[in-house]
Amino acid sequence: MTKGTLNILQLYPKEMNIYGDWGNVLVLKQRLTWHGYTANILEHSAGDEFPDDVDLIIGGGGQDSGQLVIQQDLQAIAPRLRELAEDGLPMLVICGLYQLFGKFFKTHDGTIIPGIGILDLETHGTNERLIGNVVADSEEFGEIHGYENHSGQTHLGAGVRPLGTVTKGAGNNSQDGHEGARHLNVVASYLHGSLLPKNPAIADFLLRKAAERKFGSFEPADLDDSLADLARRHAGARPR
Amino acid sequence: MFPFSVLVGKAVRRISRLRGGGSALPGLVVEKIDPGFMGRALTGLPHGVVVISGTNGKTTTTKMVVELLQGQGLTVFTNRTGSNFTRGVAAALLGDVNWRGRLKADIAVLELDEAHAVHFVKLVPPTHCLLLNVLRDQLDRFGEIDQTTRLLEQIAAKTTGTVVLNREDPRVAGIASTVPNAKIAYFGLDSSLRNTFPNDDELRGDIGVAPPSSLPADVILEHVDGNSASFLVDGELTSVDLRLRGVYNIFNAAAALATARTVLGDAINRAALFASLATVEPAFGRGESLVVDGKPLELVLVKNPSGFRLGLKSFDATGYATMIAINDNYADGRDMSWLWDVDFDSLGLAGVEMVSGVRAYDMALRLKYDDVEVRAVEPDTTAALRAFISSTSDQPKRIFCTYTAMLAVRRDLSKITTVEVVS
Repeated sequence: MTKGTLNILQLYPKEMNIYGDWGNVLVLKQRLTWHGYTANILEHSAGDEFPDDVDLIIGGGGQDSGQLVIQQDLQAIAPRLRELAEDGLPMLVICGLYQLFGKFFKTHDGTIIPGIGILDLETHGTNERLIGNVVADSEEFGEIHGYENHSGQTHLGAGVRPLGTVTKGAGNNSQDGHEGARHLNVVASYLHGSLLPKNPAIADFLLRKAAERKFGSFEPADLDDSLADLARRHAGARPR
Repeated sequence: MFPFSVLVGKAVRRISRLRGGGSALPGLVVEKIDPGFMGRALTGLPHGVVVISGTNGKTTTTKMVVELLQGQGLTVFTNRTGSNFTRGVAAALLGDVNWRGRLKADIAVLELDEAHAVHFVKLVPPTHCLLLNVLRDQLDRFGEIDQTTRLLEQIAAKTTGTVVLNREDPRVAGIASTVPNAKIAYFGLDSSLRNTFPNDDELRGDIGVAPPSSLPADVILEHVDGNSASFLVDGELTSVDLRLRGVYNIFNAAAALATARTVLGDAINRAALFASLATVEPAFGRGESLVVDGKPLELVLVKNPSGFRLGLKSFDATGYATMIAINDNYADGRDMSWLWDVDFDSLGLAGVEMVSGVRAYDMALRLKYDDVEVRAVEPDTTAALRAFISSTSDQPKRIFCTYTAMLAVRRDLSKITTVEVVS
């Protein structure tokens, strides 16, 4: 007997899927199943009709060329995304879509790519690429482990708070030590790795918020995360 | 030209060999004291210089091109050690040039890492180049795959003769438009094989595969059945039984055939060409087969999602005990994200006997999310290999490993079985 079905929507799996973004979808799907629920994975690509019934949204990173392709479609679905975010729908956006969920991305030649402004932050393209292992401390999720690879540098406004503070690596930019952003039930981060496998606390947060929004409560099973703990410990000991 | 640098380089080479040191140091020395050395040594070869680059399959393909050309009677210089940086080429040259710095060869066929190739072609413009593919590899070094494409474009731009391109890889095929005046030759796949080689834009299988290319190809891989393959060359179909393992190596054979044809043109001996192809053995660690306790043990190098997917597809898990060793040293790539772009369902039935390497727990976690049973995890490759061999002594074995894990595993294997020494 399933405890219920959640619809998980992956944004732009074709255009913005470089770098293990599928890992995040797979982790949500499997953990939800292990918690006793049913996962229904939906996809939204540029030009598609946005689905009516969505419980959790996840979006990944892409190459600069991928970001240009989705630009128009993202603006078209922005009102829906904004409305769902305000309604408490959990979302995870990584790297490229993290940047576009902000106010704008100013490339290093000065071109402004407008974002959709769900998150109060702005990103500036630079010639410096921030690459390497990252460890960040978060009050909400404990220690976060991942891998960053970006040349856009993001600065948070007053309307969002950082996801964590880096203890290894750069995070949002090379200055303030912040990594990622938190607002409502939206989690935004630069971290690949993939992010969710080694950070099951974030995965379960997203699933909890989705279940609570849809069913009024979340009844998780007691999952064994000892492999994730060991992977975290070994990752933490690696060089930048 | 005063041969002082050659003598110094040769001396450093001898000393570093005596000390068992790295193969690239003498190359580094000669590059420093005589930056013109490489250009002089490689200029004036009767058939010129061929540069082979791309993210996947360089080593095996270079080995094939070399052996195909040797089969046509040419004396070929190559950087066989797999040291595919410029200094590796310089080091290999030091072993082969005479004291005047002259190379006695008809042609040089060089495998070059994408970034180093750009540096190399500025010093030595290649006569021909072969550009294999742009797959997700070492993004922590190059940033994005579109960036890697830019590097390959620079190689094509410096090429004076023919640019040989993979028409099935949209990024590589697109390079043709950046060199409008160059002569282009393509190699490709029959449309029936297209879905065997998804590119990174087609990563998730259900998204579909791009339509077959309409570009005219000199060599087309028509059909693969186990180790037997047929190639369409000049409208004539030839079947060959190969010693190479794995469909991706067999596609690289099409690349090698197209390149050999480019070098020799009409002078090529077709029968000898396919006879040479049939005898090519896999390059070290690329589907190499060893014997342990009377049972075969295969080493399969995996270094990016496409390579790992093709490796799993090419080597059937049935009846084999499997070990996977994943390191994240610089040469392997530090980011583990790529493991999440590989489907491991094909290992689900048999499970995995041993997971090892610096990132053993990342790999074990990956397998857990594909419901693949892992029977043991041991990050230390020496201990893991010992346990793997003793627990599966009656079975054929297969080890998938990243580059530095493969070096470690081969070193340990050389103590218990015959392993070809590659210096």
